[in-house]
Amino acid sequence: MDAGRRDVLKAGSGVSLLALLAAAGWLKPGEAQAADWNKAAFEAKSMEETVKAFGGGTPATSKDITFFSTPDIAENGAVVPIGVASALPKTEQIAILVEKNPNMLAATFDIPAGTEPSLTTRVKMGQSSNVYALVKADGKYYVASKEVKVTLGGCGG
Amino acid sequence: MADPMRIRANVDASGVTEVKVLMNHEMETGQRKDASGKTIPAWFIQNVTATHGGRTVLSAQWGPAVSKNPFLSFKFKGAQKGDKVQVTWVDNRGDKRTDEATIA
Repeated sequence: MDAGRRDVLKAGSGVSLLALLAAAGWLKPGEAQAADWNKAAFEAKSMEETVKAFGGGTPATSKDITFFSTPDIAENGAVVPIGVASALPKTEQIAILVEKNPNMLAATFDIPAGTEPSLTTRVKMGQSSNVYALVKADGKYYVASKEVKVTLGGCGG
Repeated sequence: MADPMRIRANVDASGVTEVKVLMNHEMETGQRKDASGKTIPAWFIQNVTATHGGRTVLSAQWGPAVSKNPFLSFKFKGAQKGDKVQVTWVDNRGDKRTDEATIA
């Protein structure tokens, strides 16, 4: 298979779309990134920085946040299933953080009314680490953690 | 153009719809280097939105630490059998894709 050609094609179509958007005046050059992406939070290196980037204070540890479908030992760090459920009333946001990744924040989800505060995704982990679930409920931040051991790292080349 | 997503949505007797989404995306971290030692640029999905009948039922912001070919599952109330659920993602190159599934 000619994988290189595919990548070139994909890259090409992305660039042309951006160019079109820029030409149409929808995007200013240099502002091509998604507008509602919290760059500061994704670049944060610690829990405090991440919560600060979300606009919150020090999170309180909560027993109402639980991990499910999350392994104690992950054989492959490139694909670690993480399930988080919150029993806190008025849960508005759930974020998944991996302590020892280069940037802690992996994903954040906004939970509108009518959607259950319970979701599953898969993340990469470079090494064994604590995984945090950060939950915003009724305007306040809460956190729970679980240690996941990784036998094969997910960030190697 | 990016490959399609696989979306499955099922509503149970209590009126809760479970949506499972499998996206096709490289999710390159920007941390890896190629054979010649050059850093492979980051390429990952930044925003994911799921809607039902024009109403957003989940929105997410992702970093490069989400796994390649990302999986997502969530549950929401208020949908009926036969309704449609739409999922859209946008990556850091501005590429986007929307797919739709009928709730079973």
